Amino acid sequence: MGDENKELEETVGQILEKYRHDKGMLVSVLQDIQAKYRYLPKEALKQVCQGLLVPLSQVYSVATFFKAFSLLPRGRHLINVCLGTACHVRGTDKVLEKIERELGINAGSTTKDLKFTLETVNCVGACALGPIVKVDEEYHGEMSTDKVVSVLKSYT
Amino acid sequence: MKKNKMVTLTIDSRKLQAEEGLMILDVARDNNIYIPSLCTNEAVEPYGACRLCLVEITTARGRERLVTSCLYPVEEGLTVKTNSERIASVRKVLIQLLMARCPDSEVIQDLAKRLGVETTPFPLEDKNKNKKCILCALCARVCQEVVGVSAISLVNRGVNRQLATPFFEPSEACIGCGSCVYVCPTHAIAMEDTGDKREVRWPHSQMEFKLRKCKVCGSYWIPERQIEHIAQVSGTSPDDYDVCFSCRE
Repeated sequence: MGDENKELEETVGQILEKYRHDKGMLVSVLQDIQAKYRYLPKEALKQVCQGLLVPLSQVYSVATFFKAFSLLPRGRHLINVCLGTACHVRGTDKVLEKIERELGINAGSTTKDLKFTLETVNCVGACALGPIVKVDEEYHGEMSTDKVVSVLKSYT
Repeated sequence: MKKNKMVTLTIDSRKLQAEEGLMILDVARDNNIYIPSLCTNEAVEPYGACRLCLVEITTARGRERLVTSCLYPVEEGLTVKTNSERIASVRKVLIQLLMARCPDSEVIQDLAKRLGVETTPFPLEDKNKNKKCILCALCARVCQEVVGVSAISLVNRGVNRQLATPFFEPSEACIGCGSCVYVCPTHAIAMEDTGDKREVRWPHSQMEFKLRKCKVCGSYWIPERQIEHIAQVSGTSPDDYDVCFSCRE
């Protein structure tokens, strides 16, 4: 645990250095931390508040405002199930239900082993391929409940 | 100090002189013209959160629109209507939305009555969801601008927006001064002193503080953390605060 904290402190320190401890770069700093750890650890936010001389309340306010930031650990893979109109009429709700059952979590949460985070989106802009399930940057088109298991299995 | 330029404007058909740079709301209040508002306080910068101070303006060039009077500086030749039919109907919806948001708040009920609104057509929120908070952030602004510790802020977004301490946990920055309690327009924040303890309860988080006892009269009068803060800011010794205000005279 100690090593992890030290590593986090060093990484956040480097990110703060990169932006020269500039208050105005708060969002960029948080984005870098989010990119590196897939969430914003509490300790990191406290370090940012000291490093940029911004009150913790303000850092927390910004961190909870943007949807791109998460305060809870997120999975290694992000699953986005499209709930747009085109996907909806082709039965994306069944697909979502199947994924939820397979992973044992509800949309919006993360599996215990931190492998997957499941979220829904309202359109990924590829309606011709619906129903679409986007895993990280990969698009799985024409999804069906039968395909769910094999798609999930292809990620480690 | 150099005096600012004066401008002439009309509010509710009264011709008035006002210093340039002042906001319509300030000028109206100085002249005993009532404009309702909840989120303004002379101690902090105007913010425009509650929207109740909306007025109808016509600029010197003839442009008409609705603006929040707390944020609109007076200008030469401006005509302001604080109580036209249009304003009344907009204000009615605003206060009805607040009534639905905080069904428990007497302040909002009273203000609604004053504006001639009895009921709200909107579904009432659960009393425990928002408590009495209208999210005007006056407490957070006072905490930042006046007290200077920024212990509380608005968090989350949209329908989930709340006023809270960071992580909804006791804040290391809060000194327990109670300024937020004092300025809250809807009494959404509570403060209670019992014995040597002070409790501050925000709508969604709360904290406890240890109070210092006055060496003369024995009453508990100020949180230890507030003493630390004042001592640090003023460069005085924390021991200077052993005697309460009343006993010092």
